[in-house]
Amino acid sequence: MKKTSAINEGYRKYGLVYLLWLFVFFVIPVFSILTYSFLSRDYMGGVVFKFSLQGYKDVFVKSYLVVFFRTVLLSILAAAISIVLAIPVAYYISNHRWKNFLLLLVIIPFWTNSLIRIYAWIFVLGNNGLINQFLLRIGLVKTYIQFMYNNFAVVLILVYTYLPFAILPLFSSIERLEKQLFEAAMDLGCTKRQVFFKVLLPNIKQGIISAFVFVFIPSIGTYAVPELVGGKNSRMVGNEIARQLTVAKNWPAAAAISSILLIITIVAVLVFMYGGERRETR
Amino acid sequence: MAGGAVSIKNVDKYFGDFHVLKNINLEIKENEFFSILGPSGCGKTTLLRIIAGLEEVDSGDVLLDGESIVHLPPNKRPVNTIFQNYALFPHLTVYENIAFPLRLKKLSESEIKERVGWLLNLVRLEEHAKKKPHQLSGGQKQRVSLARALANEPRVLLLDEPVSALDAKLRQELLIELDNLHDKVGITFIYVTHDQAEAISISDHVAVMNNGEIVQYGTPFEIYESPANSFVATFIGETNLMKGDVVDLPSENYVVVEFPLLGRIVCYRDKPVNVGDTVLVTLRPEKIRITHNRPTFIDSTPVNILHGKVDEAIYMGYQTKYFIRTDGGYILRVYKQHASYLLDEKIIQWKDEVFLFWNPDDSFIVEVERS
Repeated sequence: MKKTSAINEGYRKYGLVYLLWLFVFFVIPVFSILTYSFLSRDYMGGVVFKFSLQGYKDVFVKSYLVVFFRTVLLSILAAAISIVLAIPVAYYISNHRWKNFLLLLVIIPFWTNSLIRIYAWIFVLGNNGLINQFLLRIGLVKTYIQFMYNNFAVVLILVYTYLPFAILPLFSSIERLEKQLFEAAMDLGCTKRQVFFKVLLPNIKQGIISAFVFVFIPSIGTYAVPELVGGKNSRMVGNEIARQLTVAKNWPAAAAISSILLIITIVAVLVFMYGGERRETR
Repeated sequence: MAGGAVSIKNVDKYFGDFHVLKNINLEIKENEFFSILGPSGCGKTTLLRIIAGLEEVDSGDVLLDGESIVHLPPNKRPVNTIFQNYALFPHLTVYENIAFPLRLKKLSESEIKERVGWLLNLVRLEEHAKKKPHQLSGGQKQRVSLARALANEPRVLLLDEPVSALDAKLRQELLIELDNLHDKVGITFIYVTHDQAEAISISDHVAVMNNGEIVQYGTPFEIYESPANSFVATFIGETNLMKGDVVDLPSENYVVVEFPLLGRIVCYRDKPVNVGDTVLVTLRPEKIRITHNRPTFIDSTPVNILHGKVDEAIYMGYQTKYFIRTDGGYILRVYKQHASYLLDEKIIQWKDEVFLFWNPDDSFIVEVERS
């Protein structure tokens, strides 16, 4: 007993350091954003320390609501597409002899800066990109196809960027499953399709929820992707925050958008976590 | 329910270059309790999976009641499997696990309720219906998987080492339960195991497999009492396997074999042998009698008698395992059953001088190497 409490004491010390770190670099910044959103605007940038709801008033207009709506929609789309793509990949890896090596391949893209990887897509999708050149060469199209600067490109690059975040949790939940379950299901009368829907999917629900959250959260806060490959009509919340901060010099509005984004994220995570939790303990 | 007869005809199976099953032929009668027995890696589980449809054959055929099922997928075969690790669906309750195959068949809710109720009663798990698999003990899980496999009313039930993950006591109980279940549901059971005691205690017929081949087929009695070769003799039960040379053929039924360290012993002659052949002879430890005094015999039945000293005595409760060093220096295993331990004239102990004797019929030739 004594020994364990001594160990706990040690952990508590480390825990304290971590709490301090969280406080300085997480709680204070979040709190100051929330505070800024209720302050008055300094037209040179920055804020005047006087309570005001003008920041929220500036944001609650139709053009911003469209951006919010689009951001959530594109993020849900990216998360959903990622999961659909990741399930077969995760299943394949978990059954493969070289699964550790394949997992490494999944992670390798993270070794390169994401901006560079996004730029690389411009060479593939651009008007003079590989795909268009190929299509023109074989004569399938007369003029180039506009792949870039629209919502399609944004979702494509979001999926590309965050797909590993979906593969990893799905892999770990598929890996945990006994493969004999699928054979048992076939033996009891399932077709392959029924094995997928009645045995595989319900048993990796936790992995699906994690994958969704892991793709949805970074997507909803993304800035670089719509900035680089999006068009006029694919601006997302991250871009609006940056514009308010740098171009419009409306810091309370930028803070208000950030706060709303924070709330959307928290609500989304709670809905998914709680929804999954309740089913699990039923 | 009605059981099906399974015939396996010339089945061959390779895993890469490895020849797992070599021209397997088996006839399993309807409603019998049939065991496939063999050491791990002998191909017995692969054979079972071929019957289930979880593995394809490279050549050969599998027939159920005379009709080929070899090209049917597992979900189209009237055959169900009990897996070693139970393979219960972790997201479903006991009730829903058993109802799973019935829901696939789109039975009505009242039919499902009636059928699952009957099955829960059959495996005595009514009060656990609402539990999830992780809340059950190993024995309970295996009973759920039995009920689930029987839900489809299969013609044949395949059992892949169903009790091997349980502890010894529970294993005995579940075996007896399986035997009772077999009598109740009246379908064909094909039971795969590496445990010879399980196989011979509950089977009608046993096929012994080794290295992808069936080395012997017969009733448990036949397999234990007249093993086809030295592998079966040593794999099933325990035995003294001795190698010696034939020196005399005194009568039609008996043969005299000279063993190094043991001397001349009269053995049963159930195989054609000639003087000079080298033979392997098996002698079960429980067939040897052990006494302090030299036995006397009234009639003229031939008897083998040896003298030796107790090298090791392992008291097991119901029996004692003796390792006897004979005068020649050979170590023989002798198991003495304790029908009335305290009433025995004098308990045989370590270092005692003893006499061993047995009926020559009990030492018989399992393999002959021609000279």
